[in-house]
Amino acid sequence: MTLAPAIELKDISKAFGPVQANKNISIRVMPGTIHGIIGENGAGKSTLMSILYGFYKADKGEIYIAGKKTAIPDSQSAIAAGIGMVFQHFKLVENFTVLENIVLGAEDSGLLRPSLARARRELKSLADEYELNVDPDAVVQDIGVGMQQRVEILKALYRRADILILDEPTGVLTPAEADHLFRILENLKREGKTIILITHKLREIMDATDTVSVMRRGEMTATVKTADTNPAELAELMVGRKVLLQVEKSPARVGKTILDVRNLNVTDNKGVHRVKDVSFTVKAGEILGIAGVSGNGQSELLEVLGGYEKATGTITVNGIEIDLTGAKSDGRSRRARGIAHVPEDRQREGLIMDYHAWENVAFGYHHAPEYQRGMFMNNAAIKEDTIAKMKRFDVRPPDPRLAAKSFSGGNQQKIVLAREIERNPDLLLIGQPTRGVDIGAIEFIHQQIVALRDQGKAILLVSVELEEILALSDRIAVMFDGRMMGERLPQDTDEKELGLMMAGMTKEDAA
Amino acid sequence: MDAMPKWADVVLIPLISLILAALLSALVILAIGESPIEALMLMIDGALGSTYGWGYTLYYATNFIFTGLAVSVAFHARMFNIGGEGQAMMGGLGVALVCMYIPWPHWSLALLGGAVGAAIFGAAWAAIPAYLQAKRGSHIVITTIMFNFIAAALLNYLLIGALKPAGSMEPATGKFPPATHLPSFQDMFSFGETALFRGAPANVSFFVAILACVAVWALIWKTRLGYEIRAYGHSEPAAKYAGISPTKIIMVSMLISGGLAGMMAINNVQGEAERLVLSAVEGAGFIGIAVALMGRSHPFGVFLAAILFGFLYQGGAELALWTKIPREMIVVIQALVILFTGALDDMVRAPLERVFIALQRRKKRAA
Repeated sequence: MTLAPAIELKDISKAFGPVQANKNISIRVMPGTIHGIIGENGAGKSTLMSILYGFYKADKGEIYIAGKKTAIPDSQSAIAAGIGMVFQHFKLVENFTVLENIVLGAEDSGLLRPSLARARRELKSLADEYELNVDPDAVVQDIGVGMQQRVEILKALYRRADILILDEPTGVLTPAEADHLFRILENLKREGKTIILITHKLREIMDATDTVSVMRRGEMTATVKTADTNPAELAELMVGRKVLLQVEKSPARVGKTILDVRNLNVTDNKGVHRVKDVSFTVKAGEILGIAGVSGNGQSELLEVLGGYEKATGTITVNGIEIDLTGAKSDGRSRRARGIAHVPEDRQREGLIMDYHAWENVAFGYHHAPEYQRGMFMNNAAIKEDTIAKMKRFDVRPPDPRLAAKSFSGGNQQKIVLAREIERNPDLLLIGQPTRGVDIGAIEFIHQQIVALRDQGKAILLVSVELEEILALSDRIAVMFDGRMMGERLPQDTDEKELGLMMAGMTKEDAA
Repeated sequence: MDAMPKWADVVLIPLISLILAALLSALVILAIGESPIEALMLMIDGALGSTYGWGYTLYYATNFIFTGLAVSVAFHARMFNIGGEGQAMMGGLGVALVCMYIPWPHWSLALLGGAVGAAIFGAAWAAIPAYLQAKRGSHIVITTIMFNFIAAALLNYLLIGALKPAGSMEPATGKFPPATHLPSFQDMFSFGETALFRGAPANVSFFVAILACVAVWALIWKTRLGYEIRAYGHSEPAAKYAGISPTKIIMVSMLISGGLAGMMAINNVQGEAERLVLSAVEGAGFIGIAVALMGRSHPFGVFLAAILFGFLYQGGAELALWTKIPREMIVVIQALVILFTGALDDMVRAPLERVFIALQRRKKRAA
């Protein structure tokens, strides 16, 4: 084959201060293929794609598009070179219609009407060609995330993109929506488009791509044909050692009810009804997993239980009701009642990024008597405690004087986990335990959660990763639009059924 | 990994900024036809060349320590308290009331009483903007600025009315009773024939200011309250998660801040003027912002920055006295210092970071 690669990167390097984000990266992507790039957070995937899209300038290296050396100093030149990018966080104007969003920035002239008319015609043909149906007159904020993503893809195609880069495209999608996305990508590929798929999910790589490149610590460790590899091997390439992809756990020994939630309703400060009449229980010694696409009320549920969102309804812990409003509905009172909380967003809530590790280990428990010394805090005792906790949870580097922001995602999570678990709580709330965490640490974190369950603690797990829910939970509840769609046992259900429930449908609806 | 060692961040950057500001000031002085070297010598001699000069420098520095600490404490809770000026004015009112209407047996008790009165009035003046911020979301910058104007108007009203001694033509209170007069440096450090600090206004409040530095340091880094204030300042969502009440932190940090700004009055009102005049604060509340910025909101940094600004104030006054360089020139120099140490911090920081990274690389390669 003498075909020139659609994209060829030669020896790309990029450093941010002392951090080498990309190191001598070379990659060839043939036209009409789907090329996956997989790697842990911070492996340099996003940096590489940002260089390709003109957001960053590489320190050295060359970019060839369709065999021609091309300079990409900004995103305008990337678009001119036929590169389109679909970001993880969409860049759409919420109160514009789909059509207006597509035309925005690519208007033919100062007059809008002819551009819109042309866009409408092209949109129709694109939709027919690629199974990319969207109502052009719908306002973006009224359509679902799956649809919004299609608008992003259409935007790129409208700008005549031949190369499409998708950054973690399934993060916000239900499994069904994700399947649809991959069908669209297949169609695009068949029409000769080149697609680069960035993800950290091994399954998507196996299902959707033709070739895959693995990145680790800024370097490209391997590029292989997807057909010639398997998830275990890819995981090993990503982490640099063998990893267990399965969680080992014995059957749950369920005890008395610890958490009992009845008719919980949450209305946020914008007046949106976030949680609607939710009731459930969690017993000692079991993990209740709550599945759902993010933004369906799970976060608010955790915030209420954690003590920083107001609600109505009744919640009892160990048979005693807890306050849902007023002064006693704060995090401190919750902790006093034996509720520990690993929040969904550790960088925003769980940690003070500029605090040292030892200061973070006291965070939320800074009233604990063993941390006080007269009118002062006993910083020496906290540091000592931190060293012990860092050791038990294998936090690396085990330096209590390092700022939280200097740790990797996995080690940050271990700090939070150590702080919460070591308090010996009756109930552990844990949101997105492995978001942004490297595979190696995922294994460890899952083991810790299961170990806590086996000590007879109640665990409420919220995760948008279905695999994680299925692997850890003893019971699974699904939330959609603030409601509980029902409960299933992991052995009686599968991703497909849960996926439908996550989209607000029951099995009967689908049939 | 931090790109720079801490000493570079704390010492080197402000020093370089200062040198840059000095160089630019030199150019400005050259441009109006005076010699910058001579001007600098004159400033140094005037501010630091005699105990008299030091007496003034430290007097100004005392004011700036209090207002600088005030801004720093609020800043740790990410509150930008621009109301130091008004809070210091109110502190003056507190001192005046305490000194005039309570019969004090000894200056030490009067100092204690004055400090408490000043702190309460300053804190009270900060309490209203703090409450509006915590409960209503009214921006603290806007409300504290407005309260500066209200404080000035209120003081004016009182000093031409209720507080003015009968028959006086001046908008000021009468002289405080002698028992409330604080010992000046001259009283404290002159032995026998040798009178040091003769006629200079520096007084015992300077040591109160140093105590305040230590107290603020302990508060911010050693107590649970300081821990909560800093946590809230870094991240409000995290603070809520941890059960730290934003309302409490906003109120408490602003009360402490206002109290510190108010306490400046023991120096300028009780210590120096020994009566309350209309223009007592003289912009020290605003200089406090620059002092806090330059001192990186750390009490020790605030102390050093306050001394520097005290030097600029006193040296500047000398400059205006002995050369044709106008008094306004010194405002320009102060502005340059503020500009370089506060606003243009990154201009120095980024290149310096690169230098340190390069050095580290070389060290690594050599190893």
